[in-house]
Amino acid sequence: MKFLRRFFIRLSNLATGRSADQRLQDEMAEHIAFQTEENMRAGMSPTEARRQAVLKFGAAEAIREDHHAEQSLPFFENLLFDLRYAVRMLVRSPGFSFIAIATMALGIGATTAIFSLVDATLLHPLPYPHPEELVRIEDDLPGAGATDAGISIPEFKDLQRSGIFQYVVLEIFGSANLTGASQPSRLQYEGVSPGYFAMLGVKPELGHTFDPLDQTPGFTLDVVISDGAWKRVFGSDPHIVGKSLRLDNDSNRVIGVMPPGFRDPGRTVGERNTELWAAYGFSDDPARSSNRSLRLPLETVGRLKPGLTLQAAQSQLDGLVASLRKQFPGDYPADSKWTVRLVPLKENVVGNVRQSLILLFGAVALVLLIGCVNVANLLLARASARSREMAVRQALGAARKRLVRQLLTESLLLSLLGGVAGLVILFSMKGFLLRLIPESLPRLNDLSINWAVMLFALAASIAAGVIFGLAPARQAGRVDLAHALRMEGRGSKGSTKQTRTRRVLVVTEFALSLVLMVAAGLLLRSFWDLYKAPLGFNPQHVMSVQSWLPNPDDPKTDIYGTAAQEAAFARELLRRSRLLPGVQEAALGSEPSIPLHHDGNPSQLIVEGRQTESKQPPLVERSDVTPEYFHLLQIPVLRGRLFNDGDNENAPLVAVINQAMAETYWRREDPLGKRLRVGRGRVGVGLHARKTWITIVGVIADARTESLANGSVPQMYLSLYQDTPKELAIFLRGQLDQEAIPREVRAMVQSIDPELPVYGATTLDDAVSWSLEQRRFSMDIVAAFAATALLLAALGIYGVISYIVSERTRDIGIRLALGAQRGKIMAMVLRQGLGLAMAGAALGLVGSVIVSHLMAGLLYGVRPTDLLTFAGVAVLLIGIALLACYLPARRAMRVDPMVALRYE
Amino acid sequence: MKEKPDVLQGTLALMVLKTLDVLGPQHGWGIARRVEQISGDLLAVNQGTLYPLLLRLENEGSIASEWGASENNRRARFYRLTAAGRKQLQAEARDWEQMAAIIARFFRVKAEDLP
Repeated sequence: MKFLRRFFIRLSNLATGRSADQRLQDEMAEHIAFQTEENMRAGMSPTEARRQAVLKFGAAEAIREDHHAEQSLPFFENLLFDLRYAVRMLVRSPGFSFIAIATMALGIGATTAIFSLVDATLLHPLPYPHPEELVRIEDDLPGAGATDAGISIPEFKDLQRSGIFQYVVLEIFGSANLTGASQPSRLQYEGVSPGYFAMLGVKPELGHTFDPLDQTPGFTLDVVISDGAWKRVFGSDPHIVGKSLRLDNDSNRVIGVMPPGFRDPGRTVGERNTELWAAYGFSDDPARSSNRSLRLPLETVGRLKPGLTLQAAQSQLDGLVASLRKQFPGDYPADSKWTVRLVPLKENVVGNVRQSLILLFGAVALVLLIGCVNVANLLLARASARSREMAVRQALGAARKRLVRQLLTESLLLSLLGGVAGLVILFSMKGFLLRLIPESLPRLNDLSINWAVMLFALAASIAAGVIFGLAPARQAGRVDLAHALRMEGRGSKGSTKQTRTRRVLVVTEFALSLVLMVAAGLLLRSFWDLYKAPLGFNPQHVMSVQSWLPNPDDPKTDIYGTAAQEAAFARELLRRSRLLPGVQEAALGSEPSIPLHHDGNPSQLIVEGRQTESKQPPLVERSDVTPEYFHLLQIPVLRGRLFNDGDNENAPLVAVINQAMAETYWRREDPLGKRLRVGRGRVGVGLHARKTWITIVGVIADARTESLANGSVPQMYLSLYQDTPKELAIFLRGQLDQEAIPREVRAMVQSIDPELPVYGATTLDDAVSWSLEQRRFSMDIVAAFAATALLLAALGIYGVISYIVSERTRDIGIRLALGAQRGKIMAMVLRQGLGLAMAGAALGLVGSVIVSHLMAGLLYGVRPTDLLTFAGVAVLLIGIALLACYLPARRAMRVDPMVALRYE
Repeated sequence: MKEKPDVLQGTLALMVLKTLDVLGPQHGWGIARRVEQISGDLLAVNQGTLYPLLLRLENEGSIASEWGASENNRRARFYRLTAAGRKQLQAEARDWEQMAAIIARFFRVKAEDLP
């Protein structure tokens, strides 16, 4: 209270510039007069009395200063003064100010841009209330080599009753045909337990969502749609709630629309783009089961009880699992080692990108740091020009602390202006920058420049200002007064100490640049190796287009219900596809057969005669294809035969496997003729393993159809006529018109069945480059940062060498006058630059080894200590350094000894 | 010759307030003189700290000041205690006595007194 009153009075004095000085002077005069009178009464002579009075009073000036300090706020007063002075200095050297502010704008702008990405993905991955409570619940069977093996219905009920969770929900992703709108389309949907939205804590924009109490045994017909679907399919119909829509020929009712920013916390791009949610009961068909060992391919998500940490929840869960294993030894054999694992739900978003983003952030922070070093160098150069000013001020009694503070104010002003400029650039380029970010980069938040980001920019500016202001400010504090003042008119000559600081800065700059360049080089080599890796299939001149056959709940409305019905449709589709313009070859496959399609479809595999003791079969990627598929993609057969038209719905079931699968399951045997069985995978709702044995008839070469980075993923193919998938891909090879094909295929498909959607037309070349997109993004950005760093480092070394040359002009003149050869002078200057560059490179190589090991997970086909990259980058860096030193060296060589000597 | 000790840091404010409380409005020199007198001329008031202190007390609202005429008709700035200042004085006097009592007990303490 007292403190506040005092503070506000002082603040108002500061603001109004009111001074109590006159009053104090009057008071002091009176004081001395009183004391003089008293002294005279004590018998002193008038002169002596006054002298003693003044002596007793003490230093009047010091009292005035203390009094003034009490009257006002000296800290702010000085700050204002320093700011005014700093602004004058900036305006006086506009060239310097522009370069310094532009460097900072670039550095802070780029750092802030990357930070906004980090903020939206790593720091706030889940845009729901209390995100730390949300967990994914995964069942592992390490004994059977299975992770995330799915959950059985009794286990789900155990989890709900466990007391660990507020909510536990099951979810299954899929897609369904939406008909009845202007054009049939396919919607990504998610079947969820009714408590799903209550668990996430999200309210709909329109209508309502499922109530956790809406539990019905099978499916409810109520669905919630996304804002995107509402706008795109229903034209933002404000009365959508209560209307019905047809999904896979089933009639459903819309009960709610989610808000615009809502995205599903799924694991893949497809899952996050879910547009429709349906409530499933998971307690009747197709999930009717009291069998604990029947694991359904569902995902389980839960919200922990408030205040429960992940560790505490996990240990309670471990207790539950242990007691269940004891209670049901038949369902949980000891060697399967059943465990349940809690994973923070945010891993869905950040799991894949954490390393890339940290790398990007580290890279941009390095660029900012290099920018700071550069500005520090500029400031130092200017400080030497101002060393006389500083010396004079110090001689006149300015405290060193005050000088340092004033210089720091100047650099903070520079960096804050740079930060503001950076933000302005960021705002104006926002649209352009957003387009650079690959769609495959997982995020649930829209990128925005929010308060956290602004605060970060401010903090970065202040940190940068302090970092680059510190060296010159310290330097100013250490001016040798006598020396500086004596050097009349030669104020530009700095001390050797200062030159040493500048050298250290340049070496730092080179070291940092080298680290960045090595990182960029390694990413580039990884990308190149991946790009050049033989695909094993030929994507050229191939397009794939998708369609989807409805899978209604009522078997009577399913016109593709039997293998014969669907096989007939497939044959007709294939026949008409071959007739499209430009098409030379055509094939059909299931959705997972599309090369580099990112939603896999692992199926349970049971090999005849190999009883998996744990009852938990391994999972293998499975696709359905027509016989033409392998020839169309040019994947060669190694052993046995490929499919032929005889492998139809009436013939015994056959399979073709790839080399990797043969290696995995029949290492020392001939896989041909071996028999196996498969369960249905994630896609589709039939959850029971097929009873019929399938015979392996052929082995094909491995191809990178699953993942570009991994060429040997075990895969098996079934004949499409025998397995009848609902999700179809049409493959076309030939001289295709990319613009026309989607339209032509749609017309062709809908001429057979007008209710079928046609979507997802893409060339395989695009699919290949799409799967490189995220890597390319990281590489492009790191490369851009590295190039910027190199430029800044080159400017830095140029500045320092120029400075050294100009400082030694006289020295060079004397040498030349004494007969030194001009070539030798040049070599001498170059040697200095080379020394700095080599020292920087050596330091940088050490740093690079550390950094490259940290980023090992992002590399492909290249070791973190790749000699070629390291050597190449070091040579490039030193070359650039020599180039930057060449100009000042040439200037040194051309020094005219007469001019240089007469200059004194 | 022994130097007179300066007034202990922080206690000058209390002395100034008490002086104004006892003697009524005073000018700066008067305050300094009275403090020295009351101490039996054992203390020297550092004038350098007196005037900034008076300004601070005024900013804090404990005292107020105005120009007036002294006993021998000189123009002088007179300081007087405000109501808030009186309250502050009471509180600080209480604190000070408490502190002094504690210190006194420390001086009296002997080894055998302690359990």
